[in-house]
Amino acid sequence: MRDRVWILAGLAVFVAALTFPAWYGLAHAKASSSPPNLVLPVNQKECVAPAGTMRATHMQLLIQWRQDVTRRGDRRFVAYNGKVYEKSLTRTCLGCHNKAGFCDRCHQYSGVSGPHCWNCHNDPQAVARSAP
Amino acid sequence: MRITRKDFLRLSGFSLLAAGCKQAVRSVTSAARPASKPIRWGMVIDVKKCREKEACDACIHACSTAHNIPQIANRAHEVKWIWTEPYAAVFPSTQTSYVPPSFAKGMVPLLCNHCDDPPCTRVCPTQATWKRDDGTVMMDWHRCIGCRYCIAACPYGSRSFNWEDPRPAIASINPDFPTRTKGVVEKCNFCEERLAQGLKPACVEACPQHAFTFGNLADPDSEPRQLLRERFAVQRQPELGTGPSVYYLV
Amino acid sequence: MLDKALKGSRRYWTWLLLLLCVIAAGSCFYLRQLDLGLGITGLSREVSWGLYIAQFTFFVGVAASAVMVVLPYYLHDDKQFARMTILGELLAIAAVTMCILFIFVDLGQPARLLNIVLYPSPRSLMFWDMISLSGYLLLNALLAFATLRAEREEISAPRWIKPLAFLSIPWAISIHTVTAFLYSGLAGRSFWLTAILAPRFLASAFSSGPALLILLCLVLRKLAAYDVGEEAIRKLAIIMTYAMAINVFFVLVEVFTVFYAAIPEHTVHFEYLYLLGGEHNLAPWMWVSALFAIAALAILFTPAWRRAYLPLACILVFIALWIEKGLGLIVGGFVPSPLGTMTRYVPTLPEWSIVAGIWAAGALLITLFYKIVLSVRKEARS
Repeated sequence: MRDRVWILAGLAVFVAALTFPAWYGLAHAKASSSPPNLVLPVNQKECVAPAGTMRATHMQLLIQWRQDVTRRGDRRFVAYNGKVYEKSLTRTCLGCHNKAGFCDRCHQYSGVSGPHCWNCHNDPQAVARSAP
Repeated sequence: MRITRKDFLRLSGFSLLAAGCKQAVRSVTSAARPASKPIRWGMVIDVKKCREKEACDACIHACSTAHNIPQIANRAHEVKWIWTEPYAAVFPSTQTSYVPPSFAKGMVPLLCNHCDDPPCTRVCPTQATWKRDDGTVMMDWHRCIGCRYCIAACPYGSRSFNWEDPRPAIASINPDFPTRTKGVVEKCNFCEERLAQGLKPACVEACPQHAFTFGNLADPDSEPRQLLRERFAVQRQPELGTGPSVYYLV
Repeated sequence: MLDKALKGSRRYWTWLLLLLCVIAAGSCFYLRQLDLGLGITGLSREVSWGLYIAQFTFFVGVAASAVMVVLPYYLHDDKQFARMTILGELLAIAAVTMCILFIFVDLGQPARLLNIVLYPSPRSLMFWDMISLSGYLLLNALLAFATLRAEREEISAPRWIKPLAFLSIPWAISIHTVTAFLYSGLAGRSFWLTAILAPRFLASAFSSGPALLILLCLVLRKLAAYDVGEEAIRKLAIIMTYAMAINVFFVLVEVFTVFYAAIPEHTVHFEYLYLLGGEHNLAPWMWVSALFAIAALAILFTPAWRRAYLPLACILVFIALWIEKGLGLIVGGFVPSPLGTMTRYVPTLPEWSIVAGIWAAGALLITLFYKIVLSVRKEARS
C-alpha cells in the first residue's frame, strides 16, 4: 500500500469539500435559526400580489417585470386586485418596503447571497441617508 | 422494434439538427422589423447656437445627474453619454484647409446617434443592445456580458465601458434611475425613461441656448423635420451607411 | 489512457509544478480582476480590446494550423505525417482551450457567458465564432482520442475517423476566417476593414502554428527521445516557409494599398504602428517583428540554413507573428480612435500575469496530452 498516504489525503480533501457548506456556515454564522424579525410597511396593507404568492414567487415576478420594462418598455402592472402599479423595484417595491429591515433580513435568514439587483438598483432610503 | 446503433445515432443526430434549425429560424425571423415605423426619434443640434455660449456644459451636467454617470478621475476609464469635442474631431470628412476660425474653435456636442442601421446592434452576441421600434438604440444592462464588441463596432466612439465599480465616483445618486455595475457597456439612451412619461430628453431641456430640437423624424410636421427643411444639416460620417438620427446644423 | 499522464519522471513533475504555480498566480490576479473590474488592465475607453483578445486571435490561428498536418495525412495519404498528425490535433485542442479562456477573462460579466447561447444572435460574428470554435474543439477531441485509442489497442482507426478528418479541414479554415470577419466587418475601424484580413490571418496561422509544432516535436526528440520523423518535420518546415512568405507578401500588399492611395483615414493606423517616435509606443516592437520575419525568411529560403537553423527560424517566425497578430493588429485598429485621439496601451502586471496563467494552462494541456501519446506509443512499440 505505497499509495496509502495519497489515498487518505485525497479522501480527507474530498470529505472537507463535501461538508464545506456545513462547517463554513457554522463558522460564519450570519443566519440564525430563529425566523427573521421583519419590519413591515406602515402605510400599505396590500402588496402587488397576495403575501403567500409574493413569498413564493417574488423572484419570478421581478424577472418578469425586468423583462417587460427593459425589453418591451411595458411599465404598467395591473395587480390581482385591479390596482395599477408601475413596474419598478426602487419606486414600487421599495416605495413601501424597507430594504434593510425587510428584504435583507429574510435574504440573510434563508442564506440568499445578496441578489445582484442591488449592484445597480437603488435603495431610496440608503440614498437619502448618504446624500450630502 | 429493432434498430441498429448506427440508425439510432443517425436519427438522434437529425432530430437534434431539426430542433436547432427551428430555434435558428425563429431567432432570424424574429429580428425582422415591421415595415412601417410610426415613430422615429431623432434630434437636430444647432451647433451655431451651441457655439455662441462658450464653456457651457449644461447638457452634460443634466445627463450626468439624471443618469448617475460616474465622474471618474482616470481619463482612461471615463464614462460619458454626451460630451463635446472640437469640430475637426466630430466631422473629420468635412475638414478642409480653410475652415472659419469660429468653426475650428467651437466645441460640438456628441452622443449616441441612434442609427437607423446600427453596427453595434448587429454585432452584439446577446442582443443586450437592440434597436427599438421607435428608433431608440437600447441597452439591457441585465444581459450585457461586457464583451465590448459593440464598442469596437461603433464608428462614433459613443459607447463607454465600466472598467471599475461606478458607484464611488457618483457624487450624489439619483434614486430614480439605476446606476450601472462594473463590466457592462453603456451609452446615451435618448432618455427613454423620460420619453415613456412624455418628457423630452434631459439634455434637450437643460440647454440654455435651446440648441437641441428633439422629435419624431418620421412625422413630416415635427419640429426637427421643420428645421431640416429650413436649414442644411450634416451627419457624422454618413458615408458609412449607418443612418444616424442626430443631425447637426453647422 | 488518461492515467498515463500521472506517471512521470522528476523532471516531468517539476515542469508540471512550475506550470501550476504560474496558473495559480494568474488565477489570483484574475480573482482581483473579478473583484475590481477590468480597470486593472491597461485597457481604456479608446483601446477597449488588448492583450486578451489579441492572444485569442493569435491562438485561434495556432489551432487552425492543425489542418496543415491533417491535410497531407488524411487527404493525400502522406504516410510520413503518421506520427505527427495527432500531435497537431492535440495542439489544436490546447490552443482552442486557451482561446476560450482568453475570451472568458476578457468579459466584464463572465457569469453571464451563457447568454450567448440563451439569446442566439446569428447576425453577430461572435455567435458564429462560438459555434465554430466549440465544434472544432469537439471534432479534434474526437479525432485525437479515437485515433489514440486505436493505436493503443493496436487496431486500425474506426472508419468514421476519415470523414470527420475531412470535415476538420474546411472547419479549420472557417474558425480563423470567422475570427477575421469579427474584425473585417466593422465599418468604423478602417485598419481592419480590408478583404485581405482573412487571408492574412490564415497565412500567419499556417506559419505560426507549424512553427510551434515543429519546436514541440524537436523538444520531444530532445527531452523524451521520441522522433516524429525527419521527413515530416522537413515537409512541415517547407509548408511553414510558403505560408510565411505569403504572409509577408500580404502585409506588403496592404502597405502598398494604404500608402499609395494615401487616404489619411487608413494611413494613420500604419503610421501609428510603424513610424518611430512620439506617441507610437508599439512601433519599435513592430519593427522587431518585421526584422525577425525577414531574418526567418532568409533562413527558410536557403535549404542548407533551413536544415541547420530550423529551431531558430521557428522561434523567429513565432515571435514575429506573435507581435504582429498577438498585439499590433488589435491595438492598431483602435489607435487612433474614431475621434482622432492617440491613446497609449501598456498592459499591466495583472494583465500579463493572467495571460501567462493561460499560456501555462495551454502548456499544461500539451504536456499531459503528449505524455499520454508518448506512453501509448512506447507501449505499443514494446
